[in-house]
Amino acid sequence: MSRSAAWREDLRKSMSAKTRSAIPRVIMPQLPGEYRVTNNEEVNQGLSARQAVVEASRCMDCPDPQCVTGCPVGIDIPGFIKNIQRGEFGKAAEVIRRTSALPAVCGRVCPQEKQCESKCIYHKMKKEPVAIGYLERFAADEELRSSERPQPVTPDDSAIMVAVAGSGPAGLSFAGDMARKGYAVTVFEALHEIGGVLKYGIPEFRLPNSIVEAEIDRLRGLGVKFVKDTIVGKTISYDDLKSMGFKGLFVASGAGLPRFMSIPGENLIGVMSSNEYLTRINLMGAGREGADTPVTRGKTAIVVGGGNTAMDSVRTARRMGAERAIIVYRRSEAEMPARIEEVAHAREEGVEFMTLHNPIEYLGDEKGRVRAVRLQRMELGEPDESGRRSPVAVPGAVEEIETDMVIVSVGVSPNPLIPQSIDGLEVSRRGTIVVDDATMESSVENLFAGGDIVRGGATVILAMGDGRRAAAVMDAKFKQAD
Amino acid sequence: MFKIIDKEHFSEHVVKFEVEAPEIARSRRPGHFVIVRVGDGGERIPLTIAASDSVRGTITLVVQEVGVSTRKICALNVGDCFTDIVGPLGQATHIGKVGTVVCCGGGVGVAPLLPIVRAMKEAGNRVVTILAARTAELVILRDQVAPYSDEVIVMTDDGSLGRRGLVTEGLEDVINREKVDQVVAIGPAVMMKFVAKLTKKYDIPTMVSLNTIMVDGTGMCGACRVTVDGKTRFVCIDGPEFDAHKVDFDEMIMRLRSYN
Repeated sequence: MSRSAAWREDLRKSMSAKTRSAIPRVIMPQLPGEYRVTNNEEVNQGLSARQAVVEASRCMDCPDPQCVTGCPVGIDIPGFIKNIQRGEFGKAAEVIRRTSALPAVCGRVCPQEKQCESKCIYHKMKKEPVAIGYLERFAADEELRSSERPQPVTPDDSAIMVAVAGSGPAGLSFAGDMARKGYAVTVFEALHEIGGVLKYGIPEFRLPNSIVEAEIDRLRGLGVKFVKDTIVGKTISYDDLKSMGFKGLFVASGAGLPRFMSIPGENLIGVMSSNEYLTRINLMGAGREGADTPVTRGKTAIVVGGGNTAMDSVRTARRMGAERAIIVYRRSEAEMPARIEEVAHAREEGVEFMTLHNPIEYLGDEKGRVRAVRLQRMELGEPDESGRRSPVAVPGAVEEIETDMVIVSVGVSPNPLIPQSIDGLEVSRRGTIVVDDATMESSVENLFAGGDIVRGGATVILAMGDGRRAAAVMDAKFKQAD
Repeated sequence: MFKIIDKEHFSEHVVKFEVEAPEIARSRRPGHFVIVRVGDGGERIPLTIAASDSVRGTITLVVQEVGVSTRKICALNVGDCFTDIVGPLGQATHIGKVGTVVCCGGGVGVAPLLPIVRAMKEAGNRVVTILAARTAELVILRDQVAPYSDEVIVMTDDGSLGRRGLVTEGLEDVINREKVDQVVAIGPAVMMKFVAKLTKKYDIPTMVSLNTIMVDGTGMCGACRVTVDGKTRFVCIDGPEFDAHKVDFDEMIMRLRSYN
């Protein structure tokens, strides 16, 4: 399906560049904000086939497509978009699947505006880029909607066995690639559900669990086995895995340790990590009928942080009935790491923003429940090592606001369970597993690692890219040894 | 998996289960805990492993009915299964030969204490075990700790079994009677707080095993955080055992009431 295929040439000739570029970028249909806060339904409704075909026709099918260089897994973007334009939605999904294990997930949660779409030729024309992310989601959803499923594959008895620790994006991506390469893959998951952060972290209104399940089912169809309630390094050791016949291990155990700020009052009742809050609701179903897990329901929810997880938390708090849900962020909105779309969605849902504020103390009542937070006003100073202007306290500018729930969303550290329990594994001072950047192999032979356990906190797509690279290198290594 | 092969009522609200979990039975050590879940909407709750049998591939858990989840668990019968059990979690107990060790267990805290009593004895220590409970029928595992204890002292609040009084009274008598090199205390937070206070006075190294609220039990949520030596620590990852003299018990007791 190369660019030189006759049908693609025909599509290119069918419309002038001027006509293409005159088409306005599609607007994603979404549920209204006031309705959204009453439920958990997915906010973005997805493009209609007509919208998708029109949007796909905007793509110039460039001879040297820069969008592909912006994609951590190198999806053949014009290849799938042109298939959408000609109405071959299944083929479009096929093109994406060649390099991405989870297109329906990525089409929803990837920061396309910073990746593929940021490289689109339309920027040079001072126009809005092609909506690559929306189109990716469209192709993936069409495929999931269609009843056609690929034939289930069972790896033959001679297949080399490889293990994966963790069933989040990095692990699933690795598993999918290795299964396609003919390996017998088993994914071990510590929790009672498969999907890692896609399940416990990202809320249903942004990524429905049914979508994650459908993607996991596809991997099952490729012959991937999933074993829950199992912690590699604790329940079964690396040596156990080797004696069970596994030749390689990919560790993708994620960034499991929430960071706190070490300020007074942080252990008061009602102050919790975003991981705790989101896990209670997303994984444990707190608030839903029949779920035993409790969750705090605040009237005024303060969420500290400016990342996607902070947005997920604050928007969840609104849905859980918070009258006021406030983002407190120490820098200005321009420095927020959250996706622009998530910030916009939060605002539409009535979330308030207190940027250039930083909590310095939580105050409790006689029962130890949080009742107020003291906020330090900040201003922007010189750029720091991250290149962002660093926040500096404004002397004396401290205010107190009442709250009954605080969600701390200031980042995570790598989960120490596996690094602690495998002998000889080189671990950085930050607790991440040290790997060769190019090969993803660790200091222990045939043990590869990727995702947040290596990066310390990144995105779904970067984690998937790691899984993909590790799979390619491990495969080459085993084939060479053969 | 996770099939219950034996169930025994220690008292009306305290139940012992022997559950199939071969991998955990093989890899667990004293001090480790598991997270269990029962039913689709079930909560994840931590339970310390009381014993294991690697030949039978089972672990022993002792559960006290105190809320929704423990009630569901205690209603399970032989042949039923736990929906999920994951572990072993936490850091294993540091066992060494130190001389005389007094092991204090309060209520169901005796269950997690049992493997420690045994390991302490097997390491060559003189072991005095103090079992404390409100009343006679809540004194559990007395016969199981006995073979690994040089002496077993029973304390009940109402004097219905052993001596009348609190665990701290029994402990202080031992301290006044002989040289005690280490104390291990597992039980209700208040009990551990007062044991810590007492042994601090006598400057005896003391280890406690904390039973905080957890969700995932793998370091992910931070619900279990406690202040130890002025620093925030996670019971699931850094514990569950800590130096009793450095734990902020008042904060821990407060946090246990998060959802009451």
